[in-house]
Amino acid sequence: MTEVFIYDHVRTPRGRGKKDGSLHEVPSVRLAAKTLEAIRDRNGLDTSTVDDIIMGCVDPVMDAGAVIPKAAAFEAGYSFSAPGMQISRFCASGLDAINFAAGKVAAGSDDIVIAGGVESMSRVGMGMSGGAWYMDPSVNFPAYFMPQGVSADLIATKYGFSRDDVDAYAVESQKRAANAWDKGYFKHSVIPVKDQNGLTILDRDEHMRPSTDMQSLASLNPSFQMPGEMGGFEAVGIQAHPEVEKITYVHHAGNSSGIVDGAAAVLIGSKAGGEAMGVKPRAKIRHFTNIGSDPALMLTGPVDVTEKLLKRSGMSIADIGLYELNEAFAAVVLRYMQAFDIPHDKINVNGGAIAMGHPLGATGAMILGTVLDELERRDLDTALVTLCIGAGMGTATIIERV
Amino acid sequence: MTYTNFTVETDADGIALVTWDMPNKSMNVFTLEVMDEIQQILDATVADEAVKGVVFTSGKSSFSGGADLTMIKSMFAMLADEKAKDPRAAVQKLFDAAGQMSQLFRRIETNGKPWVSAINGTCMGGAFELSLACHGRVAANSKAVKIALPEVKVGIFPGAGGTQRVPRLANAQDALQMMTTGQSLTAQRAKAMGLVHQVVEPGELVSAAKQMIKEGLKPVAPWDEKGFKVPGGGVWTPAAAQLFPAAPAILRRETAGNYPGALAILKCVYEGLQLPFDTALKVEQRYFTQILQTTEAFSMIRSLFVSIQELGKGARRPAGVPKTEIRKVGVVGAGFMGASIAYVTAAAGIPVVLIDRDQDAANKGKAVSEKLVSDSVGKGRMTKEEGEQLLSLVTPTPDYSTLSDVDLVVEAVFEDRAVKKAVIEQVEAVIPETTIFASNTSTLPITGLAENSKRPEQFIGVHFFSPVEKMMLTEVILGEKSGDKALAMALDFVGKIKKTPIVVNDTRGFFVNRCVFRYINEAYDMLAEGVPAAMIENAAKMAGMPVGPLSLNDEVAVDLSQKIMKASIADLGPNSVKPEHMALIDKMVDVLDRRGRKNGQGFYDYPPKPAKKSLWQGLKELYPQKPASQVDVNVLKQRFLVTIALEAARTVEEGIVTDPREADVGSILGFGFAPYTGGTLSYIDGMGVKTFVALAEKLAADYGDHFKPTPLLKEMAANGETFYGRFDPYGDVERAA
Repeated sequence: MTEVFIYDHVRTPRGRGKKDGSLHEVPSVRLAAKTLEAIRDRNGLDTSTVDDIIMGCVDPVMDAGAVIPKAAAFEAGYSFSAPGMQISRFCASGLDAINFAAGKVAAGSDDIVIAGGVESMSRVGMGMSGGAWYMDPSVNFPAYFMPQGVSADLIATKYGFSRDDVDAYAVESQKRAANAWDKGYFKHSVIPVKDQNGLTILDRDEHMRPSTDMQSLASLNPSFQMPGEMGGFEAVGIQAHPEVEKITYVHHAGNSSGIVDGAAAVLIGSKAGGEAMGVKPRAKIRHFTNIGSDPALMLTGPVDVTEKLLKRSGMSIADIGLYELNEAFAAVVLRYMQAFDIPHDKINVNGGAIAMGHPLGATGAMILGTVLDELERRDLDTALVTLCIGAGMGTATIIERV
Repeated sequence: MTYTNFTVETDADGIALVTWDMPNKSMNVFTLEVMDEIQQILDATVADEAVKGVVFTSGKSSFSGGADLTMIKSMFAMLADEKAKDPRAAVQKLFDAAGQMSQLFRRIETNGKPWVSAINGTCMGGAFELSLACHGRVAANSKAVKIALPEVKVGIFPGAGGTQRVPRLANAQDALQMMTTGQSLTAQRAKAMGLVHQVVEPGELVSAAKQMIKEGLKPVAPWDEKGFKVPGGGVWTPAAAQLFPAAPAILRRETAGNYPGALAILKCVYEGLQLPFDTALKVEQRYFTQILQTTEAFSMIRSLFVSIQELGKGARRPAGVPKTEIRKVGVVGAGFMGASIAYVTAAAGIPVVLIDRDQDAANKGKAVSEKLVSDSVGKGRMTKEEGEQLLSLVTPTPDYSTLSDVDLVVEAVFEDRAVKKAVIEQVEAVIPETTIFASNTSTLPITGLAENSKRPEQFIGVHFFSPVEKMMLTEVILGEKSGDKALAMALDFVGKIKKTPIVVNDTRGFFVNRCVFRYINEAYDMLAEGVPAAMIENAAKMAGMPVGPLSLNDEVAVDLSQKIMKASIADLGPNSVKPEHMALIDKMVDVLDRRGRKNGQGFYDYPPKPAKKSLWQGLKELYPQKPASQVDVNVLKQRFLVTIALEAARTVEEGIVTDPREADVGSILGFGFAPYTGGTLSYIDGMGVKTFVALAEKLAADYGDHFKPTPLLKEMAANGETFYGRFDPYGDVERAA
């Protein structure tokens, strides 16, 4: 098998995913194009050598529809010979795009691939692409469909995380993100989004609330009690996990991932591809895999996929220097730490989506980049990146510096 | 042209009034003949140029009850016969048969002349689906009008266009609610939902219907018009994005997913609303064909539609005894049960004397009726006058001589042999020799009580369930000497007060409570094994039980369980109760004072309202707990259903229950046994006796001898028999009664 290397990665800042968010004015395709332009320009890339552009996008409709990576390639002025493909594995799409690219390189079919993702949640709302998973009773019913927040609260109930536990986690996420920004840990990867005149639209994640503390979070009401109790979803959770008498609702806007706009791209290639580009590899993609998991808990896939990945790779928890697990909800990370006895100072060390937001299709690529930068900063070797996924799935990737 | 079930009169305006009025039936129902005649009427009115339109109404006080028992029975018989011959062809035949009604209604809808349905009273199932296929619907402004698509309650769904027409007239949420619950609508509600066009005074029903035609009612359904849009815009709208994800969740909450017919309604609506109308009807027909083949549909129709009606009509009534007249009833014992029995008696229009030891106690009993009446009046279920009339029929008194002209006495005094003996003697001193004496005992065998009677052949048990005004079942218990007249009177009385009777022979706990004890005992076993209490309760509900066993035990009181267990040990010996069970209950009552809801603490804690009850956390300390991952919830579900079904089978083996319909209906109406199974014996028949025996043996190996299949079951398994085959209620089986 051909070895697969990571040569570079960029991301946009994450704009608040509402109509008053700074990136709302930027079409989805332009967010993606900005990352392609940056990858090209930073690496002096001859875009006619790009074998593929793979991007995750969870709601690929309206201005994100119709194979957005190819559209972005046009806007970015790429060679017509660069093809594009959009994929979705819900929240892990960005990481799955990278794994897909790695697979093509490993198979020897491609040498240079750009992989990443894009989601403008302010422009194309969550769920805009519809779907049988939750709409069609023939699927919804056997899938134990529940809104993710209710699943997160089911996880907290089942594994014993209190409101204080999840709020404390959220406060720490905000602190870490603020610290990372203040100390410039993201400066090599975040590319300011500028308009056609070169004027900056946004150059910093704007969802963060660094002043968050336990007291300010305590004033927030649980977000998912209504759908849980009125929408019947609590019963779905209980019937899937009948040892639960009632769900304790602990998640709210302050300890769940933020809704934001953003895009990311990672430059991937073979050794030969890197030589052709004239750039040095920064890390190797060691292993990756996917799994389906309990659909009612929905967000515990990272635990299952990590077990599977470690087994397949012959590695152990002790071999991993840093973990990056998407902070979809605080309980997701708490459960992961509990399952593997991972100390908090090895996971999500620069904060995560609770502070900075989760642009669905892009996040997987963003957090892979974040942890690669951090490995270099700390001079560590190995990191495991994973995300929980709608409908009960998990994706994980192990990278190693070269 | 004349028809058996219809009259057709065409007036000067060319409007044909079709009146459905079946001979020798109190209610119109769909039979093959009825469908055939509707087709003939359709053909004739289309052919007759003088006919401008059709008004379809009923000549009875109700419009129609929907499908006919015999038609459904014959369809299942046809399916079984055909399946034996050629399974694939059988399914095709069923598919064709399942579409007949739907296609007939579609032909009415597209016949080119306007049809208006004039709904004068109860309009159920297929009858309402026919009305939906008419171009106009007028309903009488009357309490008698009850409109429903109740098919889901018997395991199927509205398969003659109902799932497609309702959500094209009403919004999808109302449509799903109506069809998945089967609830009745008033005429006003049906109009508000968009299901009927007009509500008029009863006397103006037909003229209003004709007026619609005269005003030029277009003979085209809205969905056959160009540019038709589903109310609310259809499936891919923000409103539907709120509804469809939640609908299966709510269904799961309400039914634990045990009813394929209910889920099929959601599927038909979701898929159908995205299709042209005729294609949508075909999709409905496919699902209908599938659901008709489910065990749930077969068993539920048999028990909850066919058997329940047959038992209600007195299937077990001795043929030789003429219908008794019940002019006056005496209820002795004005405690909660007696008082409630007096209420339901008066509600049936029968004068009742309610006797207790003094006037105050008797008045207290009547107060129960007063409270029930004022609640009903408050909720608009009863007018003030009706309430007053009802209450005027209840006479509270301590005077036994008022019993001198009663036709029936119901005794509901304290459950104590000596107390009952005294009452029996006191009553028999004053009642006429022809009067029947019925004891509402729940625990004492009737044969023993009858020994205190001068006329044991006129002595019988009539066991009510609490709350009497709500519970549909009454157990009629035959003592050794109870005679036909007593049985006939008991059944006539139960019929009068609109309850469903089952007739059982004398045994401790009769039928229902014997089963209920098994249910609760299994939960004690699970607790002792360390199964988390929430899992026990949730597994029971997922198995289809209405109330978890621990919750049920709290309702009936834990100290009552203790009393019954002690009585059982005293009467039947120490082996009659598992020592672990006795130890648990003794600890709950004597050490912890956890007696159930009545003292605010039992297996649950009962905090002051509005807080909800929650399982007592201390249960975790009583036994070492198993982690949930080591408990298979499916096995828990099986244990509950199998232990109850085994007890039901034992009652048959012992000759306590002689008719499988009674074990089935009794188990569903008496304690809510998983209705989707069709009842305790249908549960066994449904999976096959052989499979059941194997399952019971497996459970016996893992969880104790109480799961061992009985000799009868083993014999039936070996012979390939079923309960309904071996104890055929329609065959020449000797009846204990």
